[in-house]
Amino acid sequence: MKTSVLLFTLISFTGIFSLQAQESNEAATILEKVDKNLSAQNRIFESSMTIHGRRTSRTITSKSRTRGEKEALTEYLSPASEAGTKMLKLENQLWIYTPSADRTIQISGHMLRQSVMGSDLSYEDMMDDRKLTEVYSAEVIARDTLRGERVVLLQLTARSSDVAYPVQKMWIDAEKFVPLRQEMYARSGQLLKRVDLFDVRRIQNRWFPMRMVYRDMLKTGGGTEFTVTSIAFDTLIPEHIFSKASLR
Amino acid sequence: MLTFTLSFKNLMGNGKRTWLNVSVLSVAFVVIVFFNGLLDGWNKQAETDTIAWETGYGRLSHPLYDPYDPYTLADAHGIPGLPQEVIAGEQALPILVAQASAYPNGRLVNIMLKGIDPAQSLLALPSRWLDSLPEGIRETTIPAIIGKRMAESAGLEAGDRTVIRWRDVNGTFDAREVTIAGIFRTNVPTVDAGQLWIPLETLRQMTGMYKETTYFVIGEELAGSSLWIGDKAGYGKWDYTPLEVLMEDIENVVEAKKGGMMVISALLLCIALLAIFDTQVLSIFRRQKEIGTYMALGMTRAKVITVFTIEGTIHALLAILLGAVWGIPLLALLRNYGIPMPDMSDQAGLAIGDRVIPAYSMLMILSTVLLVVITSLIVSYMPARKIAKMQPTQALKGKLV
Repeated sequence: MKTSVLLFTLISFTGIFSLQAQESNEAATILEKVDKNLSAQNRIFESSMTIHGRRTSRTITSKSRTRGEKEALTEYLSPASEAGTKMLKLENQLWIYTPSADRTIQISGHMLRQSVMGSDLSYEDMMDDRKLTEVYSAEVIARDTLRGERVVLLQLTARSSDVAYPVQKMWIDAEKFVPLRQEMYARSGQLLKRVDLFDVRRIQNRWFPMRMVYRDMLKTGGGTEFTVTSIAFDTLIPEHIFSKASLR
Repeated sequence: MLTFTLSFKNLMGNGKRTWLNVSVLSVAFVVIVFFNGLLDGWNKQAETDTIAWETGYGRLSHPLYDPYDPYTLADAHGIPGLPQEVIAGEQALPILVAQASAYPNGRLVNIMLKGIDPAQSLLALPSRWLDSLPEGIRETTIPAIIGKRMAESAGLEAGDRTVIRWRDVNGTFDAREVTIAGIFRTNVPTVDAGQLWIPLETLRQMTGMYKETTYFVIGEELAGSSLWIGDKAGYGKWDYTPLEVLMEDIENVVEAKKGGMMVISALLLCIALLAIFDTQVLSIFRRQKEIGTYMALGMTRAKVITVFTIEGTIHALLAILLGAVWGIPLLALLRNYGIPMPDMSDQAGLAIGDRVIPAYSMLMILSTVLLVVITSLIVSYMPARKIAKMQPTQALKGKLV
C-alpha cells in the first residue's frame, strides 16, 4: 500500500514538473517565433504617427531605416513644421538635426527616455529593437480569445535589472505568432503602458502588425496611433546612412 | 554765515518759483529713496528666504550635479567622503534628487522628486508633515509635501492621491501612489514649482540609491569650518559652493534691476536739477545790477559766485526737509504694509514674497542726500561762473558781458 502511495505521489510530481517544463518550453518557442516575425537585421519603413491629445490630434509622417538594435535614422516628412528633421541613433546616443536652425544637437542617453514629439512613445520605445528572447523569460499564463483570434497570454519577466519594463504581458496570436496586445508593468505591478496591435499582414515570409495604438495608462487621452504605410525587411542599406553626414 | 543768510533771504524772496523747484526736487529725492529701499528690501528678503528654505549657508554637491541641467540628475548621486560625524550631524542635510512624472487628474506632469529627512530642522520646509499621515494610508502610499505653486499647477490639495512614475538606478520603471500630506507656502519658487518632497529613505529605496545623496545643505556652523578650505579630496572631490556664490544669482538680478531703477531716478533728478539750473540762469540775467552792487560794495567775484551757488544748493536742502516732512510718513507706511507684488512676479525662479517690505538703511539715505546736494551744487555753480567774467560797471548798467 505504502509503495503504491509513494509511486502515485512520484508520478504526480513528475507529471506536474514535466507539464511545467513543457509550458516553459512552449513559451520560449512562442517568443522565438514572435521575435522571428518582429525582429530583422535591418528594415526600411514609412509610417504615420497620430498623437491624440486632450483637445486636438496631430499626425506626423516619417521614414525610418534601422540596422540591428543600435542604429536608426528617422526623417520626418510632414507636417511642414517638422519636415526635414532627422534623428540618428547610434548606440545609446541620439543626434537630432533641425533644418530650420541648420543645427545638429547631440543628446545624452537620458534624453532617449523622453517622449517623442509629445506622443506616448519614448525614443527608447521607438528605437529599442532588442529581441524579446534576449531580455525576457516567458511563461504561458492563459489561453484566450482576443478580437475573435485565439491567443496565448504570456507573462514576460526581465532577465536583468537594466530593463525599462520589468514585467510585460503579451497576448499572442496562436496561429500567426504576432502580439495583438502588450502591457508593460512597473516593478510595483502598476500597469504603465498598453499597446494594441492590429492589421496583421504577411510581408516577406513573416507576419507583421501594420497598426499599433500606444496608450500611457496613467494618463487620460486617446493615446498614440502608429501606422506603418510601407515596410521592407532585410534590404541593403548603404553604410553612410548611419553616419552623422547623413543628417544634413 | 552772512553769505548763507543773504542767499537764504534772496531765495525766499523768489517766492513760488523757489517752492516749485523745491517740491519737484523733493519728489525726486523721496522716489530715489523709495526705489533703493524697495530693491534693498527685496534683496534682503530674497537672501533670507533662500537661505532659510533652500540653500542654507553652503552646498556640497556631487561633482556631476548641475542644478540647471535636469539630465545630470541620473548620474549625480553618490556617497561623499565626509567624516561620519558630519554626515550624521544636524549641520549637513542630505537631499537626493530624481526625475519623475506625476499624473494628477490623468495629466502628465514632469516633476523633480526630492528626498529629505522628515526630522530635519536645518531648512524651513515643513518636512515633519511627512510623518503626519494616519496609519493605514502611511503603509500603502508614499507621503509627500508640495508647495502652493506646484499644488495650483497640478490641481492637487492636501489629502489628494496621485500616481508618480520614476526610474530606478538601473533605468527600470516603477510607479506608486503618493498622498499629499501638506501644502506649504514659500517665497522661494525653486523649492516649490514642479517639485515633490518625500522622505529621504523612501526615495533611496525607490531608486535603489541606498545611502546616496545628490547634495548636502550645509548649516551656518559647518559652513564656517576649515573642512572646505584646501584639497577637495577631504570630502571625496565633491563640489563645495559657499553662500556668496549661491547668492550670486539673486544679487545679479537685483543689480540689473538697480540699473533700470537708476535710469528712472536719474531722469527724475535731471528734471528737478534742470529747473534749478534754469532758475539760476534767469537769476543771474535778471539780477545783474544786484551783482554789480555787491561788487561795488566790495564783495569779491568769488564771494558773489558763492552767494549764487549757495542759493541754488539751498533748494536741495529745502527739498530734503520737505521730502522728510511728507516722505517719512509715506515711506514708513509702505514699510509697514509692504508693496504687493503681482502673482507672476516669481516666475523667473527668484524668491519674491507676496509683498516686498522696503528696507531703508542710513547709508542709503545719506548717500541719496549727498547725491542730491552735490548735483544741486554743481548745477547751481555752472551758471554762476559767468559772474567771474562780469565787470562791476557793466553789471551796474545791467549789460551782459
